[in-house]
Amino acid sequence: MSTGVSWGRWPRYDQRLIPITNRYQPLPPAGPMLVFGNGRSYGDVCLNAEGTLLTTRSLDRFISFDAASGVLECEAGVLLSEIIALTLPRGWLPAVTPGTALVTVGGAIANDVHGKNHHRAGSFGNHLLGFELRRSSGETLRCAPDQHADWFAATIGGLGLTGMISTARLQLRRVPGEWIAGDSQRFDNLQEFFALAAQSDAAYEYTVAWLDCTASGGKLGRGVFIRGNHVQHDARPPRARSLRLPLTPPLSPVTGLSVRLFNELYFHRPAAQQARALWHYQPFLFPLDRLLDWNRLYGPRGFFQYQCLLPGTEAATALPEMLRRVARSRQASFLVVLKQFGNLPSLGLLSFARPGVTLALDFPNRGEPTLQLLESLDVITRAAGGAVYPAKDARMAAQSFQQYFPAWRQLQDYIDPKFSSSFWRRVTRSW
Amino acid sequence: MQRILIVGATSAIAEATARLFACRGDALFLAGRSIERLQAIAEDLKVRGAKLADTFVHDARDFERIPALLRTAIEHLGGLDAALIAHGTLSDQTACQSSVEQLREDFDVNALSVMALCTNLANQLESQGHGVIAVISSVAGDRGRRSNYVYASAKAAVTAFTSGLRQRLYPLGIRVVTIKPGLVSTPMTATFKKGALWAMPASVAADIVRAMDSGKAVIYTPWFWRPIMWIIRSAPETLFRRLRL
Ligand SMILES: Cc1cc2nc3c(=O)[nH]c(=O)nc-3n(C[C@H](O)[C@H](O)[C@H](O)COP(=O)(O)OP(=O)(O)OC[C@H]3O[C@@H](n4cnc5c(N)ncnc54)[C@H](O)[C@@H]3O)c2cc1C
Ligand SMILES: NC(=O)c1ccc[n+]([C@@H]2O[C@H](COP(=O)([O-])OP(=O)(O)OC[C@H]3O[C@@H](n4cnc5c(N)ncnc54)[C@H](OP(=O)(O)O)[C@@H]3O)[C@@H](O)[C@H]2O)c1
Repeated sequence: MSTGVSWGRWPRYDQRLIPITNRYQPLPPAGPMLVFGNGRSYGDVCLNAEGTLLTTRSLDRFISFDAASGVLECEAGVLLSEIIALTLPRGWLPAVTPGTALVTVGGAIANDVHGKNHHRAGSFGNHLLGFELRRSSGETLRCAPDQHADWFAATIGGLGLTGMISTARLQLRRVPGEWIAGDSQRFDNLQEFFALAAQSDAAYEYTVAWLDCTASGGKLGRGVFIRGNHVQHDARPPRARSLRLPLTPPLSPVTGLSVRLFNELYFHRPAAQQARALWHYQPFLFPLDRLLDWNRLYGPRGFFQYQCLLPGTEAATALPEMLRRVARSRQASFLVVLKQFGNLPSLGLLSFARPGVTLALDFPNRGEPTLQLLESLDVITRAAGGAVYPAKDARMAAQSFQQYFPAWRQLQDYIDPKFSSSFWRRVTRSW
Repeated sequence: MQRILIVGATSAIAEATARLFACRGDALFLAGRSIERLQAIAEDLKVRGAKLADTFVHDARDFERIPALLRTAIEHLGGLDAALIAHGTLSDQTACQSSVEQLREDFDVNALSVMALCTNLANQLESQGHGVIAVISSVAGDRGRRSNYVYASAKAAVTAFTSGLRQRLYPLGIRVVTIKPGLVSTPMTATFKKGALWAMPASVAADIVRAMDSGKAVIYTPWFWRPIMWIIRSAPETLFRRLRL
């Protein structure tokens, strides 16, 4: 059931929820409206304060799947996990998967999501064969790279503002099986990370690093680098049991002490250094999907994720500066991810992924001090000519957004007059 | 492989049930009012593994066309092992209180059309000597309440009718399953405020499939509606008539 609350559980708004249950259902007459997919965005790109949310989880029908060519057509509320359940037994995966499979196809398009194979595959839009876009005028646009190409580009990474995507056609990627073989190694500093990324990107489909954001001084920038490729392997998959965090603890157990302890243990655990590792795709690609509602761990005030991109040339200096600041603040959390992006251009007008390195960190919401810390990180990102990922954002200043995404003015020509979001109203304010 | 007819196939509960049938490779024949929605569902069921998913446009009030519906279904499926009757409409109680026309129309959809279908189906299954008829009634039919007694009495009729039919067909090995869902989050209940008692169509669907496979007589889904409805049925009228339910 759709909730109208995003993954960071902050901010919270009053919104009118209207379920869209079949693809022929007309859009409601009154705006401002916005599609709410599966609410896996952290902030307010999927929120619409005082407005309408069109919930699309019941738009979950497949239309066709060709197991010979790997072309899948489906409605936009289908989850990537549902696609995987259908196609992986026949040797196909979505070409790009974010760190959770519990996102809808529509959401994956609207944020042009990336995954651990960005250095090879680019982002979600790069594998999109086409989609249907429903406009509040009643019009339906069939968009593809060679059909309404400008609408195609505006809608990929278009933050849900160009209308409602009703169906999409995806080119899936052939994989030899559901297991992933590779290795895992510790690195002591960022130079080592960059060296590992450079030598791994050609030979490995997936690369990603976990970073200890509590480390400082000589340990600054230490972490664990993980890489792997799909392999054929005939073991039975581990038993798929999900756990659900049943309620929100009144006080969050995510504290400075628990975070330091976790990071220390994570870095030193034996599995951090493995010359030959074999993972089932589930824990490798979607490590947290078994723990349902884990976002409640952060307590009633919710949390932020800060994900930025730093261009290659600037990353070597900007990254340590950022990490020093985070370590000093003692506010960061467990899940710090570092990933080198590749050079394949994103197709969307406002796509986030571009060449460089991306860093993602979680922060419990402690109010003003957290907002100040995040703004100070934005100072570094702005100076480096980087960008912050809208899918993860609930607080960046309008000025920052407009610098990060100079094409935002072009997008305005494609925005449906009856569509809007809390995010968009916030970041397009004049300043 | 089962050959199954689903009437009211665009209902959210029916669609969720059909997906479970499709996953195990059953052959399906889908009847409903909207051709484009039936086709979207049929395509989906085929991708999910249905051996066959053919469609038939049918308004439940069109009693004369029921024989044609059954004939076509049997033709396309190559026989018939089971039927699920799922269509229904949540009556506007206030409108029915001031319009007998409205009352009759809702009774046609929720009660008479179901009984007409059952009558035709029963004769068909009787002649072939095997099969399952599953009908979606409702917990609401267990006792009339001021807020929805028109809907409730139509469902009560369905419950009583299927109970009798079950006795009639039992000796022939033909099973009749009465399904009583509680509160389910579907388009029918889109405007209701949801709480802890609400179930999703997928979990109700799993109960329906299990009941049809085992030939159960009456199921409450989710199960906790059985004790809840027992209490509601047991309340003495001296008390019940004062309640504002
Ligand atoms: C644990 C976790 C890990 C993650 N890892 C990654 C990662 O590695 N890489 C990455 O890129 N992202 C990642 N994300 C973010 C997530 O992939 C994106 O936020 C994704 O867009 C969420 O999809 P959703 O279906 O939940 O959409 P929502 O969050 O509900 O909506 C996202 C946007 O899509 C729009 N939208 C949704 N459906 C439609 C539609 N049918 N038509 C038009 N617009 C639509 C909405 O309006 C909104 O603007 C992660 C999130 C979580 C919780
Ligand atoms: N949801 C609940 O809480 C609940 C609880 C108890 C019992 N039930 C019963 O469950 C069954 C399925 O309902 P649902 O919850 O899945 O709701 P739903 O998705 O709204 O389905 C209702 C279905 O009935 C069809 N229908 C209505 N009038 C019709 C007519 N004259 N001819 C043909 N089809 C008609 C509708 O077709 P269109 O799509 O063409 O309108 C729709 O497919 C119903 O019998 C309902 O009474 C539901």
